[in-house]
Amino acid sequence: MTNLPQTTSNNPYPAGKVRILQHKGMMIGSLIVIFVMLLAILAPLIAPHDPYYQDLLNRLKPPVWDTRGSWDHILGTDHLGRDYLSRLIYGARISLLIGIGAAMISGIIGTFLGVMAGYFGGRVDMVVTFLITVRLSMPVVLVALAVVAIVGGSLQVVIAVLGLLLWDRFAVVMRSSTLQIRSMDYITAARAVGCSTTRILMTEIMPNVVNNLIVIATLEIAHAIILEAALSFLGLGVQPPLPSWGLMVSEGKDMMLFEPWLITIPGVALFALVLSINLLGDGMRDVTAPENRN
Amino acid sequence: MFFYAFKRSLLAILVALTVSMISFSLLYISSDPAIAMAGETASDADIEAIRELYGFDRSIVVQYLDWLKKAASGDLGKSYYFRTDVSHLIAERLPTTMTLGLCAIIFAIGLAVPLGVAAAIRPNSIIDRVALFLSVMGQALPSFWFALILIVLFSVNLGWLPVSGSDTWLHFVMPTIVLGYYAAPAIMRLTRTGMLEVLSTDYIRTARAKGLRPPVVLFKHALRNAIIPVVSLAAVQFGFMLGGSIVVETIFALHGAGFLAWESITRNDLPTVQGLILAFSLFYIILTLIADLINAWLDPRIRIS
Repeated sequence: MTNLPQTTSNNPYPAGKVRILQHKGMMIGSLIVIFVMLLAILAPLIAPHDPYYQDLLNRLKPPVWDTRGSWDHILGTDHLGRDYLSRLIYGARISLLIGIGAAMISGIIGTFLGVMAGYFGGRVDMVVTFLITVRLSMPVVLVALAVVAIVGGSLQVVIAVLGLLLWDRFAVVMRSSTLQIRSMDYITAARAVGCSTTRILMTEIMPNVVNNLIVIATLEIAHAIILEAALSFLGLGVQPPLPSWGLMVSEGKDMMLFEPWLITIPGVALFALVLSINLLGDGMRDVTAPENRN
Repeated sequence: MFFYAFKRSLLAILVALTVSMISFSLLYISSDPAIAMAGETASDADIEAIRELYGFDRSIVVQYLDWLKKAASGDLGKSYYFRTDVSHLIAERLPTTMTLGLCAIIFAIGLAVPLGVAAAIRPNSIIDRVALFLSVMGQALPSFWFALILIVLFSVNLGWLPVSGSDTWLHFVMPTIVLGYYAAPAIMRLTRTGMLEVLSTDYIRTARAKGLRPPVVLFKHALRNAIIPVVSLAAVQFGFMLGGSIVVETIFALHGAGFLAWESITRNDLPTVQGLILAFSLFYIILTLIADLINAWLDPRIRIS
């Protein structure tokens, strides 16, 4: 026994750290996500102007790289003369808030349903699988638009609606992860020593599915952000004057032929944020569970 | 097979009933529909008259069953805004959306399957990396923004394609690209994994060993087996596309069911919205039912478990 060579796999932590640092996509993704989060948190300190202050004499100023641009408004001003950079920075708050809020609601619903279905199986599994099928057969954008139109668009409504609609992937993944773990020896052992079901679920199942949960949560945050932008773009999401990036694209689209930066700037911001969250999620999956890669 | 088909169809019907219940209850989540219909200036007597005329005074269960009975016979009620039959409206608009959906799914498959196959032949090669890069990019690109960029590029700067409308096939080019690119990454990844798996099996080695030409091995032996899961994914993606058509059709003013959805949602035309949700969901349910049945027919292991 004592002669066994010490392999590095006995101690996963250094190897894990190396894997994270070597994963380029994940590094780039997490750097951009951290940057956007800092912008969102520190928005009042960083933003050069009030994002709601209208200066009608300075409407549609182009960004600084244009010959007509000035350093006073680095990314120019919109059709009401509001500073575009400040609106962009405050918009990061809305995107992140909606992404994280919706993913939290759908994560709670989906994890609950998925773990229940995976652990108890039988009738419970049948009901949950049925609910997932029903949810998948309803078109997300259409239902979300309809509900927002009836209830009225606001930040809270959008978070609630997206949260109630996007739990399907959580439920599917949590169900299959729990199924894999359910028949493990340590679960049987826990049951044999008389642990309550709640305790088994909370202390044996949950810690072992939490890796997958975090990966799905990350990808769903990106999904919710892109959907919020689409809803706001169609005018049935976050309402003006809030600086949602989708809304900024929508407000700029009438003038996109003459001032294309009005739609490119918020669009690129949205694209970069969603891309880096996805890279982060994919990277975490590669690092924590390489077998699920494809 | 028969038992499986029966069980699967029963599930589809149950799902359809549940969806119908949800889309019916949409009418009641906010407020009294009679007040909404009568408008803000209506008197109490007017509201009462509307309530009786449309049967809002009955219990919700009775109303649902009544609506369901009519819906089953193809009567989805009258549109508040267009003042015609909802089923007539949807039937009129659906062909455009179907055409768009079909074009988009063909575009997605035509783009994703060759890329996926090429990536699987040489894993970790430049082609594989480019394919992965494109799929990661594609998943992060907001479709409404992509659509606007295409308009600026191809309609305004180059003048090749019309901005909006639905008269000629040229009007379908950009909507097809926007709707199709979204489904491509998932199809590509599944083709790639499927091909990688199949290419490492014994019968492929046998086929190679007996001296078959590489293209025959690749397309006749490998792709035919790897494509089975892709077919059902494509069916699911096609169903999702109809839901996604609402954004695309609105931007390009393509007069399909998605555009109708946007028109009716912004005008609080609830019977039309309900009808559309029901129609889109039913289409998805039937599509996945057919895909599952084909799969069970192709793969006996599915129908036994």
